[in-house]
Amino acid sequence: MQEKDNTRRKVLIGLTSAVGLSGLPFVATPFIAAWNPSARAKAAGASVTIDVSKMQYGQQIQVAWRKQPVFVIRQTKESLAGLKKTLPKLSDPNSEAIDEPYRGLNLTRSKSSEYSVIAGVCTHLGCSPKYHPEVEPKPWDASWSGGFFCPCHGSMFDMVGRVFKGVPAPTNLPVPPHFFNGSILTIGEDGGVA
Amino acid sequence: MNGVVGKMFGWFNNRLPVANTFERHLSKHPVPSKVNFWYLFGALAAVVLIIQIISGIWLIMPYSNTEEQAFSSIEYIMRDVDYGWVIRYIHTTGASMFFAVVYLHMFRGLLYGSYQKPKELVWVFGCAIYLAMMAEGFLGYVLPYGQMSYWGAQVIISLFGAIPYIGESLEIWVRGDYYISGITVSRFFALHVVALPLVLIALVFLHLIALHEVGAGNPEGVDIEKYLDEDGVPLDSVPFFPYKVLNALVGIGVFMTVFAIIMFFFPEGGGYFIEMANFEEANPLVTPEHIAPVWYYSPYYAMLRAVPDKLGGLIIMGSAVAILFVVPWLDNSKAASIRYKGVYSKVALALFGISFLTLGYLGTVGVTEVRKTMSIICTFIYFAFFILMPIYTKFEKTKKVPERL
Repeated sequence: MQEKDNTRRKVLIGLTSAVGLSGLPFVATPFIAAWNPSARAKAAGASVTIDVSKMQYGQQIQVAWRKQPVFVIRQTKESLAGLKKTLPKLSDPNSEAIDEPYRGLNLTRSKSSEYSVIAGVCTHLGCSPKYHPEVEPKPWDASWSGGFFCPCHGSMFDMVGRVFKGVPAPTNLPVPPHFFNGSILTIGEDGGVA
Repeated sequence: MNGVVGKMFGWFNNRLPVANTFERHLSKHPVPSKVNFWYLFGALAAVVLIIQIISGIWLIMPYSNTEEQAFSSIEYIMRDVDYGWVIRYIHTTGASMFFAVVYLHMFRGLLYGSYQKPKELVWVFGCAIYLAMMAEGFLGYVLPYGQMSYWGAQVIISLFGAIPYIGESLEIWVRGDYYISGITVSRFFALHVVALPLVLIALVFLHLIALHEVGAGNPEGVDIEKYLDEDGVPLDSVPFFPYKVLNALVGIGVFMTVFAIIMFFFPEGGGYFIEMANFEEANPLVTPEHIAPVWYYSPYYAMLRAVPDKLGGLIIMGSAVAILFVVPWLDNSKAASIRYKGVYSKVALALFGISFLTLGYLGTVGVTEVRKTMSIICTFIYFAFFILMPIYTKFEKTKKVPERL
């Protein structure tokens, strides 16, 4: 008698708990979703545009998109030709480890054959790497041929933001979605077809 | 007790266990009769917790948790609020002092085996308190929204990005924005002033209840429960109140003097308590040349930098804290106190202490090849201390622990 009662009770307790617990995801949803970027934050994270025609060759500028630095570099013929030299130093020359939006389009990794557009946030721990285009020996690399150096933890990238071997940064600097309309560069939107 | 007061007390006592609780946890609570200064730091940690709660409440009043106002509201507290600077420096000094006394308190635990059976849970709750404190300290450091607040948070939140698959979306979810914005600051504010203090107080409560259940330890590692008088009170014990309370008051007096000297004369602690870069407002486009954590995180930061791999660094850093939780099950020694443990334990603990301090130093300075090698060596020693503990505590010769204190 006692045992029979217990079995029945256990089933009922189990069922009640299961029904009760099934409500948990519903209750948790608003609390978790409230931490997503709000509509206002998303709107503030919309695209930015800039006229790049006034840039000098070899010049780098910083554009703030989503308040994060995006590097725009007007590459010289020499620096693009010099990319070949650093190839053996790179850990992922074809950006296979990341979602590369414009793979194989240009040497610059962007939609333009002249301008590189690179997210200026180190893939290690989020510092902003510094632009060192000079081809000369540096304290961090005796055979430096131009690129980016992160002062925080010493990660190195080439002129188009590809990461060197043996540095803490795990992947290349990503290329944000962008498109050119003449000399007007829009960062944050793809402009339709790549 | 008699008269009106006695009657009122009786009325309360019949409805609330006043006398019972006072006797059980204070006036009749037995504590070992012989302890040394190492046994003060627990009480000091409780004192700092109260200081932090009170000064924190007063800081919330003039502080503003928006992107535009956060930094300037700190300057407003420092310049325009009467005695605002005192209240802020109490809180910043308190943060460093909290970690200082807790590190000493934890070292006491390792020194005298305060985690050994039956005190495992006391130790585990203590580790949880330490973990909650680290989170609390980090969140609080972001609130002034200075350069180091911003870039420190950037580095720490980027660590989530190392988690495979979900890392990147987790980063955005934690920030609630694409960078450390006012949205991030205000949610960190909510966690710092409400959520984590509640967790901390609950954990402290559990830590103390568990401690009072199993009884406090002593530097000899003697089990005082073995010899009891006719009332079941350990012979080698004294009541907590007044003996230990008065004893602790002396320690608290010394501690408060040190606290006041730092607070009034060296509130920035030479850039170790408040980093100089944090006197500049956050600028998402410019990384400071040298990013270093405040001193109490620097050992773990040195470990993170010693690993040339993002995910690996995160795992090492996490394991360094996680491994503390299992110490009670790593120590096979028959003796609790270092006084009766063998030579291996003594050497291991000394090496561990030195490597932890060295890591602490290395985490605050820039990276060079030599320092990186030193970080790697010290990280190895740190882990070896714990991982080899089951072996060296089992095979070493211990001295016989005395019967009485």
